[in-house]
Amino acid sequence: MTATGGFVVELDKFSGPLDLLLHLIKEDEVDITDLPIAKIADQFLSVIADLGLNQAADYLEMAARLLRIKAQMLLPRRLGDDEWEDPRAELVRRLLEYQQIRELVDWLGHAADARAERFGRGYEAPPPDAPPAPLQIDLNDLLAAAERVIALIPEPMLHRVVPRPLDVEGATARIEALLAERETFGWSEAVGPQATLVDVLSTFIALLELAKRSSLMLSQSEPFGPMVITRAIPREAA
Amino acid sequence: MQSLAKLLEAALFAASRPLTLEELASLDATAGEAAVRDALADLRSAYGDEHGVELVEIAEGWQFLTRREYAETIERAQFALRPRRLSPAALETLAIIAYRQPVGRLEVDEIRGVDSGAVMDKLVERGLIEVVTRGEGLGRPLLYGTTPSFQEILGLKNLEDLPRLEELSVALRRPTPVDEPE
Repeated sequence: MTATGGFVVELDKFSGPLDLLLHLIKEDEVDITDLPIAKIADQFLSVIADLGLNQAADYLEMAARLLRIKAQMLLPRRLGDDEWEDPRAELVRRLLEYQQIRELVDWLGHAADARAERFGRGYEAPPPDAPPAPLQIDLNDLLAAAERVIALIPEPMLHRVVPRPLDVEGATARIEALLAERETFGWSEAVGPQATLVDVLSTFIALLELAKRSSLMLSQSEPFGPMVITRAIPREAA
Repeated sequence: MQSLAKLLEAALFAASRPLTLEELASLDATAGEAAVRDALADLRSAYGDEHGVELVEIAEGWQFLTRREYAETIERAQFALRPRRLSPAALETLAIIAYRQPVGRLEVDEIRGVDSGAVMDKLVERGLIEVVTRGEGLGRPLLYGTTPSFQEILGLKNLEDLPRLEELSVALRRPTPVDEPE
């Protein structure tokens, strides 16, 4: 990912906001004790926005701190004001302290690598990764986490489902009326003009039902051919 | 080799961890610590360059370790494997605890600028840090320190083996406790 500053930053590279700040300071080759706070603050904000870190509390807190210092630097101060305290002092102290820690990290890393090249007796294969330790959080943390998750859930797409019951009785009545008039007729007459899907289904079920009751006979001259409906010869009641 | 040196050699060979001077001295009640120290020096020079293992002073004790030049071959054959490297976050946390011990979680969080609870739990689990005491402040916070295992995985003779802060290029005096106004 490329940040607006024109340099490349990767999320995994940073172990926290101080690390990111040190990185920016090194990139810009500026003096840590005389920090150009406005420039660094702007870069910090644009980088965390680019990396999507602006959701992370640690980074947000640092962003807020930088903006506050930037604002304090803009306040006018009288010449020769001995009371004036550099608003950057605390941040610079923390950065120097953190830089020292980073140097120790390099040293410890090299020491561990060197030690790893010597084996002692009683070698045991390293144990597999232990399962994560049980969570230790309070209710507020849990609620805050739940809210963050809920915020990510997209608005659900709602569909209105309208029940449209089949009108089998209506279709049956219509077919019986047709049967009373004519001995034989076709499917299109049974369904009627401009039939909807519901009409088609209603008519089809009505026809099957009437055929079962032996009120009519259904026939096709060939597979998939037009359906012909014929009045059944009334049988003697059994 | 004197018999005391042979005894120490056998004990160090049998043990799978560094043995301290006191532990080694307990092997022979008649020999004082000074004699044990001399015998250890003899033993170390006896191993000298002539052997594939050497006697190393480590974690406030002594241990036989293989020489570095054989690490790759041994590992390739899978007779022993190098331990997994510690993450930068773990090393950062260890560095802070090593220099500030005993130190509470809040101070570690403050120096690193990020929440370090999970990393510290992992380090406790790996036996590299442990709770050493409780602080005076509100809620009597748990204070952590490094363990002998920490010195062992870094190959430190003792904690004085860590670089002195003045030796770092970013020399910084130990900051005064945070009681200065915002």
